[in-house]
Amino acid sequence: MSSTKDPKPKNAVSRRGFLGGMGIGTGAVGAGLLEREAMAAPAAASVVGPGPVPITLNINGKPVNLTVEPSVTLVDALRNHLDYTGAKRVCDRGTCGACTVILAGKSVYSCSVLAIDAQGRNIETIEGLPVNNPISTAFVNHDAQQCGYCTPGFVMATKGFLSEHPSPTMDDVKNGLGGNLCRCGTYMGVRQAVLEAAKNMKGAKNG
Amino acid sequence: MANTPDYSWPPMDARKIMGKPYKRLDGPQKAAGRAKYTSDLKMKDMLFAAYLTCPHAHARITSIDTGAAEKMNGVQAVLVIAEAGKELQWHGQEVAAVAATTEEVAREAILKIKVAYEVLPHFVNEADLAKAASRGKAAGEKVTGDPEKAIQDAEAVSDGVYGIPVITHCCLEPHGCVIQWQGDQVMAWPSTQFVTGWAGTLAPNLKVPAANIKVKMDYIGGGFGSKFSPGAWAEVGARLSQKAGGKPVKIFLDRASEQQIPGNRPSAFGKIKIAGKKDGTITAWQSDTWASGGFAGGGQPPLPYVYTNIPNTRLNHVSVSVNAGPSQAWRAPNNQQASYLTCSAIEDFAAKVGVDPMVVFDKNAGYTPRAEQYQYQLKKAAELSEWSKLWKPRGSQTGAVRRGLGIGVNAWGGAGHACEARTTINPDGSVLLEMGTQDLGTGTRTIMTQVAAETLGLQMGQIKLAIGDNSLPPGGASGGSTTVGGASSATRKSGINALAKLFEAAAPALSAQPEDLEAVDGTVRVKSDTKKSMSWVAACKKIGPGGKISETGANEQRNPMGLNSGGAAGVQVADVSVDTETGLVKINRYVAVQDCGLIINPRLAESQIYGAIIMGISTALFEERIMDNLTGRMMNSDMEFYKLAGIKDIGDIVVHLDIREVNDKRGVIGLGEPPAIGICAAVGNAVANAIGVRVPNMPMSPMHVLNTLEGRNA
Repeated sequence: MSSTKDPKPKNAVSRRGFLGGMGIGTGAVGAGLLEREAMAAPAAASVVGPGPVPITLNINGKPVNLTVEPSVTLVDALRNHLDYTGAKRVCDRGTCGACTVILAGKSVYSCSVLAIDAQGRNIETIEGLPVNNPISTAFVNHDAQQCGYCTPGFVMATKGFLSEHPSPTMDDVKNGLGGNLCRCGTYMGVRQAVLEAAKNMKGAKNG
Repeated sequence: MANTPDYSWPPMDARKIMGKPYKRLDGPQKAAGRAKYTSDLKMKDMLFAAYLTCPHAHARITSIDTGAAEKMNGVQAVLVIAEAGKELQWHGQEVAAVAATTEEVAREAILKIKVAYEVLPHFVNEADLAKAASRGKAAGEKVTGDPEKAIQDAEAVSDGVYGIPVITHCCLEPHGCVIQWQGDQVMAWPSTQFVTGWAGTLAPNLKVPAANIKVKMDYIGGGFGSKFSPGAWAEVGARLSQKAGGKPVKIFLDRASEQQIPGNRPSAFGKIKIAGKKDGTITAWQSDTWASGGFAGGGQPPLPYVYTNIPNTRLNHVSVSVNAGPSQAWRAPNNQQASYLTCSAIEDFAAKVGVDPMVVFDKNAGYTPRAEQYQYQLKKAAELSEWSKLWKPRGSQTGAVRRGLGIGVNAWGGAGHACEARTTINPDGSVLLEMGTQDLGTGTRTIMTQVAAETLGLQMGQIKLAIGDNSLPPGGASGGSTTVGGASSATRKSGINALAKLFEAAAPALSAQPEDLEAVDGTVRVKSDTKKSMSWVAACKKIGPGGKISETGANEQRNPMGLNSGGAAGVQVADVSVDTETGLVKINRYVAVQDCGLIINPRLAESQIYGAIIMGISTALFEERIMDNLTGRMMNSDMEFYKLAGIKDIGDIVVHLDIREVNDKRGVIGLGEPPAIGICAAVGNAVANAIGVRVPNMPMSPMHVLNTLEGRNA
């Protein structure tokens, strides 16, 4: 948004790109994902709804059964129909990233994925991470939160980002976390936190 | 205790816990998504509410039929808020609400409510005062000195037109609550900046005694001045709950409503004339301003800002009523507007006389209430921003991308509000600190724990803190940067009062008088002979089994006893690059020099300033409420087109906290607001400096910049 000379704004997350690729940041919206997702879609899905239907979500490695209308988004399923409230519903249309979870290894805005479509893939929510995981800890260390409402989304976006960019530069961080918004103004801390998390996670892998 | 105990803060160099950068105590719970905000709460039989809102900017309801909605499976209560005949004054105003077993049912049910409107004429855009006609209400003219003569006699006169738009608070957690009304008892979990006062405001509307309304809140997802009162949704939620047989109702605004109705920062526009000497000395000020904060209009910003003692001034103001959502306090109400109008006009005067604005701001510092402080800060800000190296006279740059520097100033109170705390010391040595305050993310939990630990000579982990409950000792509203001063002073006083009792219990065992004891490093000892000591736990045992010490302490606004005070000043410099081909403004660096009092936690204090600046940069570059003249609707009641700054948009931020003993002696001063005031001013001035011409209206968006460059403003 602010770059005046960058020919390809790498942090730009278009609605179209998001809806197609269900990804955020630089990694997830890379070339090819859109096509892969499109090919993976079933050719002729059976019609369900509009009333509630039973579905099964794999959340943090565990199958969870629930009954929701097919129009229910993943974030609403997690928050309202279950009790996974780390993901927040803020903009409710794929702009702010507060609802970020990891679906089949990719960061997604869970407000823009239907719960019924998330079946059959592993859904990682922040509740699946221990309280003292290296990313959250780095956020605490750098005071990368104030009210904290956006923070779980940032932490999950960081997890997704670092899985594709384990050794990011500061510029990478500024581009890669561009899909999450904070209102209290914690970006200075977030920048440092993501770099520290990267360092510590690599250390853990090597050790 | 005949004498007033000594509550004063320990000297700067003697502090062990205060002044240290502890990490926020609730950080791990928040950063791991475990903290439960009100909007995360889920309880047995809880219903979800949804609103039906008015699609018109101005309309009268001619009929409303809720029959189909009430028959829907899962709908448990329907409430008509605006009956037939009611006139609605803005897009998004509440018409009806539904509570249902799921949010999906509630949302579908509101679509089944049939409303017929008589659409009435609207007026939604105050930017052009000439079009306001009868919607404008003039305030009385204010004159000091002889502005006419001063302008006539002046060596130079500059004129400018400036505008700062309505922006929304855009709290990430929307306004709302979970509320349950059973019989004459109400239990509420709001998202509020004022836990203690919430019940008292709601009670008359429900005709329930305030004493019967229990309020609890652990975490709040942003308020910024817009969440003091319970809001209409609390009453609506309560009535839905009552209608549904007392089941708890979760009622939160959806994003569109959140952007439209629960408050915003009013606009301010002004035609300003400054007159003075060629050396940059200002002699006269004349402003014709207008503003709107919705249907109720908008008040006059405090002008001229900071430079309040300009000898000859003439002020006129028109409050303009528009058909748009109402305003609420917004992080230093009316100060951003005042700072923007004033600093822009001063910068334009400096350009007119061809003097470096740093010199002009400095030369006229005598008009400010604290000349030496502002002069010190201007110098410091110039140094940190490399002003003398990077600043170039306005209009001297060529090339597509041009760099500019600009100044913004702030002033704020920030003295502590009335607040009470209770410190309980148990015979086992455990300590409980209780207060009805709230932690908005400013770090109140952490800071109060530091104050208690420091006061009692203990470690952070030995203090248990309870806040966010209206049955606790009363706290104040977290607004006006008043919490840290009020709550820390109350904590200090209750701690000292509790210690006095503990010393009475422990003194005989140390063969000393209670007043000769002190609590340091987990011991209670004799001040003059520190070898005569006992452990904290041993001292607490002297309270006796079954006993406990429980002492309150309160901050009194009229007599803060030197523990807190008000009056913060700040100077900021924006360093920007403007692409004159695309109109994009990029922040290179942003320098904030902020006067502060006693800093309890420098890490959290810095976070406050970073946060204020980042929010300010967002408002300076991106934010404005866009109203459609034709339909009267807010066009960007979302987060795609109501833009907030992202992590890449803020440049590098340099904070200089003015921690000096002379400031420390002033006691604790709130920091939430002052650094949030001058950002539009600094960024606007930097853009003018870069491109050689004033972009009158915030934000510094490509559209506004290009319109100015291409002469399309008129």
